[in-house]
Amino acid sequence: MSESETLSPAWTLGVAAALLLLAVATAGTRAAAVARRDGRRTLAGAADPLREAARLLRQRPRRTVAADLPLWRIASSALLPVALCMAALVPIGGRTLVPDGLGVVWFNALDVSLWAFFWLLGWGANASFGLAGAYRFLALGLAYELPLMFALVAPAVAAGSLDPATIGGAQGLWYVVWMPVAFLGYCVGVLGFTLWGPLRAPAGDDIATGVLAELSGVDRLLVAAGRYALLVAGGAFAVPLFLGGTDGPWLPGVAWLVVKAAAVVALLVLVGERLSVLRPDKALEAGWVVLLPLVVLQDLVVAVAAVTGSS
Amino acid sequence: MQHADPWTTLGPTLAPLAQMAGAGDGTGLGVLAAVVFWVAAVVSVLAGAAVFHVDSMARATYALALSFVAVGLAVLTLQQGYVGVVIVLMMVMEMAVMAVYMVMFMGMNPALMPMSMVHGKWAALGAAGATFVLLAAGALLVPWPERRSGPPPDLTRALGEALMGSHMLVMVAVSPVMVATIVGGVLLSSHRTRYDRLGDDLDRRPADDPQPGGVGR
Repeated sequence: MSESETLSPAWTLGVAAALLLLAVATAGTRAAAVARRDGRRTLAGAADPLREAARLLRQRPRRTVAADLPLWRIASSALLPVALCMAALVPIGGRTLVPDGLGVVWFNALDVSLWAFFWLLGWGANASFGLAGAYRFLALGLAYELPLMFALVAPAVAAGSLDPATIGGAQGLWYVVWMPVAFLGYCVGVLGFTLWGPLRAPAGDDIATGVLAELSGVDRLLVAAGRYALLVAGGAFAVPLFLGGTDGPWLPGVAWLVVKAAAVVALLVLVGERLSVLRPDKALEAGWVVLLPLVVLQDLVVAVAAVTGSS
Repeated sequence: MQHADPWTTLGPTLAPLAQMAGAGDGTGLGVLAAVVFWVAAVVSVLAGAAVFHVDSMARATYALALSFVAVGLAVLTLQQGYVGVVIVLMMVMEMAVMAVYMVMFMGMNPALMPMSMVHGKWAALGAAGATFVLLAAGALLVPWPERRSGPPPDLTRALGEALMGSHMLVMVAVSPVMVATIVGGVLLSSHRTRYDRLGDDLDRRPADDPQPGGVGR
């Protein structure tokens, strides 16, 4: 097991700050776009997320009858820490905060933990719409998780390592160029575990925003911030996996990391907004009959290239 | 005279366990790893006990998930990085799916109807106690072999080779058989066959399914 060099633990604060800033920037940009579409002033729209955060901080919490408060609270407060753990796995200049050389498996374990948290988010409220959203999430989870797992396999096989730092450093030609299907599977997975774009059915408008419906006050703020942070963390982890790591001309590695991560997040948001919602009952077949075989085929191509030494 | 390792002062019983947890093998992480190991071990036992104490399926399921996550962390401190992460990964996913089945088959409304998580209490307690005594007696009384050399550099690889090395061919041969068994079992237990789906001449398109799929087969 190759172990990369360790970043000083002080970087944790930097990673957390960068994650939050990028999450706020993503929310602001999106709100500005919405304001522009609605004919409001763009700049005023960009501040909407902050205004909403201030409103939620002052809002009196609203409870449902016989809610399972401990499970509900655990779920709503877990998204941000999960996003931070994911972001902590992203290597900066070939060095990482978690030097056990298993970053890819850790990322997978963290994204699977979101199965538990999103289900509990819907369950804890003890309300119909939340519960419907929770079950929708698991249905979508079954559909996106296996393609995501096999998508994570492709860069690991090509670089012969489960360490994101090694994978990021092993790319002459960016992996996204010759593993486009794995990148697609990865992006679908990120959309899935952030309830975004075509996979937003668990928080769908048709069930009054589902798992988010009964949230109020700080809990609602934590979940909203957590979803944006997860989106940013998912975008950032794509950088070592598919986008050549933090390497780039002129600018330092951190700057390239931010630029590339922001590009992935922008891609996810822009494409995600333009696709209609995938019905959860139709998603499993689409995931397993169409996407999964394509991703496995991609893995086969990568494995053959790795064995014959042409990668 | 050899200097006393702080862990040996815990008594002859705990010393091998502390050594298992990485204490005193000169990695520098020894004491920290041992503390994490013991905290994780205690949490896993307590969360396992909570499974039978709580009164809702969701809490029981996720108490079990917490117990498994703690086991995964304990395994991590034994320098089995990959095995530890995979335990966390698989068990959380499994519990997320199991919660659905437990709620489905227990017919419990979310959080509204508290129910006991135990039945056949005394027989179960007896069986559990006897199993514990048997396993604990085995762990304490078996003459464990002395370690003859230091740990290998990559424990996960060493474990994998010890478990699989000479049986790889068997494992490779068994896995398709297992998959075939699973698929066959599902097919045999399904009350609908392809003739129900596609008609007597297998030419009905799209298929007549109670739950239509996403790609219109």
